[in-house]
Amino acid sequence: MSIEIRSAPHIKAPRSVEQIMRHVVWSLLPVCAFYVFQYGLSALASLVVVTGSCLLTERWFTKTGTQSGDISDYSAVITGLLLALSLPPGFPLWMGAVAGFVAIALGKALFGGIGFNVFNPALVGRAFVQAAFPQAIASYTPSFLPGRFHEMIPSSMTLPLMQPADMMIWLKAKQLDALAGATPLAKWKFEGVLVGAEELLTSLSGHMAVGPSPLLILLCGAYLAFRRYMDWRIPAAVIGTAGLTAWLLFAFDSTHYPNPFFMLFSGGLILGAVYMATDMATSPVTPKGMWVYGALIGLLTVVIRYYSGLPEGVMYAILLANAATPLIEKVTQPTPFGKRAFSLFGRKKKKASYALHPGYISREDAGAVTPQKRFLSNKPKPPERES
Amino acid sequence: MSKTDRWDEFMEGVWRQNPIFVMVLGLCPALAVTVSAVNAISMGIATTFVLTCSCVLVSLLRKLIPKEVRIATYIVIIATFVTVVDYLIQAVSLALYDALGAFIQLIVVNCIILGRAEAHASKNSPLPALINALGMSLGFTLGLFALGAVREILGAGSLFGIALFGGSFQPWVVMVLPPGGFFVLGLWLLLFAALERRKQRKALEVAQHA
Repeated sequence: MSIEIRSAPHIKAPRSVEQIMRHVVWSLLPVCAFYVFQYGLSALASLVVVTGSCLLTERWFTKTGTQSGDISDYSAVITGLLLALSLPPGFPLWMGAVAGFVAIALGKALFGGIGFNVFNPALVGRAFVQAAFPQAIASYTPSFLPGRFHEMIPSSMTLPLMQPADMMIWLKAKQLDALAGATPLAKWKFEGVLVGAEELLTSLSGHMAVGPSPLLILLCGAYLAFRRYMDWRIPAAVIGTAGLTAWLLFAFDSTHYPNPFFMLFSGGLILGAVYMATDMATSPVTPKGMWVYGALIGLLTVVIRYYSGLPEGVMYAILLANAATPLIEKVTQPTPFGKRAFSLFGRKKKKASYALHPGYISREDAGAVTPQKRFLSNKPKPPERES
Repeated sequence: MSKTDRWDEFMEGVWRQNPIFVMVLGLCPALAVTVSAVNAISMGIATTFVLTCSCVLVSLLRKLIPKEVRIATYIVIIATFVTVVDYLIQAVSLALYDALGAFIQLIVVNCIILGRAEAHASKNSPLPALINALGMSLGFTLGLFALGAVREILGAGSLFGIALFGGSFQPWVVMVLPPGGFFVLGLWLLLFAALERRKQRKALEVAQHA
């Protein structure tokens, strides 16, 4: 019998990156299927092209050795699917391919591959195309159009580097131009029209440019959280904070602000909260940090939606919170016994992160003097590397 | 000074010590005014004028300038030529002057010019100083053009104002915005770093075989 001596943890869950990512992909499949059912061929083509572009880029970077990991870990598939779900269904395919390339190359490969990225790759790709092609990314088509399984939305098939065709002409030919254009958020922001709650929640009633169904996303996310492939705290914090802030503002001035329900279920808040904010590499690992991180996203989303020129703010909110993640992690780190807690405002007194016995007297209080650790300064220097 | 020495002196700025791609200096104009190829080249020409004139003048006066106040003296010399070029561009083309904005006046704080005056012109006779300054200016102009050309082609679908892709080209708005400058500069630096690494690897292989 051989005995292996190892440090903790001794009991490990049989769980790998590849397994987690595969489950996330599975849980995304119903959302994608419903999305294709809503928008037809164009949505399918967009999903395939964007994901394909992500995979090819990932393959190239892993093959040349610039990036760690491998395409078989499914992370590029998740990036591609999420990116496609966050783009309009009639988004020109060549722009989708550009978005996929930027997402992996700029968002992931430059930082060294899976686990090293600072920002969510899908959102990096989306932010790039948002800045590069602002008109194309704002032109949504109504869902459940007749004949959506026979023909593509014409803007999808735009030749590379060319401008997409005007959607209005195509919709006019179908006598549907009254429904064209904006998402519920843009409609509220620029036209003052509020869309009903059940329509937003299921996105089933059709003829409205809503994204993938929030109810379905919540169900799929619940599966992931139940199987512990995702931490429930982040979506809970995002949705809770956004809902609370929106409710407070609504209670304060109900003529000026929409109801909190509209806030939660319009746009990409649910998709962002469940699938994008929870990206493991770019969100904090401490439970307390997850609450802070989620609350930051929720608050920023409401602020951007209500007080900026943009109709939608989930993307920038998550990217900003990604940037704040290292700081949040540092502040919310549990303090081991005997160590000083990290504090933003000067140094705190030495304190354990758990309750002490009431009769406990610390060494310092008892008047003990800790000798200086002198031997550390005598440590031999590592030999200089020869280059 | 032999002919090859002069050529080496000249090529130092153009290629080996290219101000933008190797030394990564003078990034403020490089990122701000390279929205189009025309802007980039005009900025390059303006900088060329200031750089060569001030380097020659500094080189001529190098024995008269007291060491303690040399930086202030260089700045006065550079500022004089910047004023000249500022009025000159205003007189030649007001549209270009408006497009370049404050960045013409800001040539005075361009670190390439002060750096050349301090590091080269103050230690050499006028002829090498002139050659070196010309090489550096050409390298700077080429760098600006490389940035401006890519940004104009993607951001407007044209080069020197001539449309390349026909009427229905989709402009990449981000390329004429500040982030576009950083993206394109990053890509060029990536290319030059890759070339440099390949050269080193080849040199290593040759050394191992020998």
